[in-house]
Amino acid sequence: MDPVTAAPATGSPVDGGLAVAAIVLSLLVAGWALVATLRHRPPDRVQLIGLAVLELLLLALAVVAAVALGGGERPGEPGTFFGYLVTLICLPPLAAVLARMEPTRWGSAIVCAVCLVTPVVVVRLQQTWEVLGG
Amino acid sequence: MAEVGAARMRTNAGPGRLLIAVYLLFAIAATSRAGLQIATRFDEAPLAYLLSALAAVVYIVAAAGLARAGHAGRRVALACCAVELVGVLGVGAFSLARPDLFPDETVWSGFGSGYGYIPLVLPVLGLAWLWKTR
Repeated sequence: MDPVTAAPATGSPVDGGLAVAAIVLSLLVAGWALVATLRHRPPDRVQLIGLAVLELLLLALAVVAAVALGGGERPGEPGTFFGYLVTLICLPPLAAVLARMEPTRWGSAIVCAVCLVTPVVVVRLQQTWEVLGG
Repeated sequence: MAEVGAARMRTNAGPGRLLIAVYLLFAIAATSRAGLQIATRFDEAPLAYLLSALAAVVYIVAAAGLARAGHAGRRVALACCAVELVGVLGVGAFSLARPDLFPDETVWSGFGSGYGYIPLVLPVLGLAWLWKTR
């Protein structure tokens, strides 16, 4: 699909529907939070629930990666891969905590910023897995 | 003087909290990158990796300075933003002029191009925020 990083035939555990769902949801929450920021609204339930669901998706992604590791598969750059995975799982809780500390439009802006960073980290995670197989 | 300062917006509220959040994200990114590079392949590009580590420390201290919000915190944040601006401009220019000195990327290489030029924008925003809340 991607001409730059032609996916290996075996497929990467972090490159399936879960990752796509996490990226799409993250961007949706970012868009919603941006609207809230522009309307001078503090973080609402939709943002916090969105962050919670996003966290569940990312945790599921981590479990899938762990199962693949248990099955003998290895990422191309293990150190970097785990670094990104741990960072990724910490992002939604970080956004939620900071959003609760700042119940103004800027709390929504924080949710927006973190939800824009999350897809980037997911893509970087996929790249660090694929170096070996590609 | 003190009353005027107290009446004004603190560095750790409102937009400042968003700034702290972004600084935290970059602290995480730079720390994990530098830690991994220094732990696994320090010999390949010691200068670049030490600069990554310096950038990581500066981001952490800047976030702490902004979050502390007191007189000392502002000074610390001011110093960090200045170091960052000099660092990203200096390393950015050097990495283009003398690529042989930087065999591997740092957060500040190419004026932060690997991170969406946010490392270049961040110290400017930090200084602007400190100026606005002075």
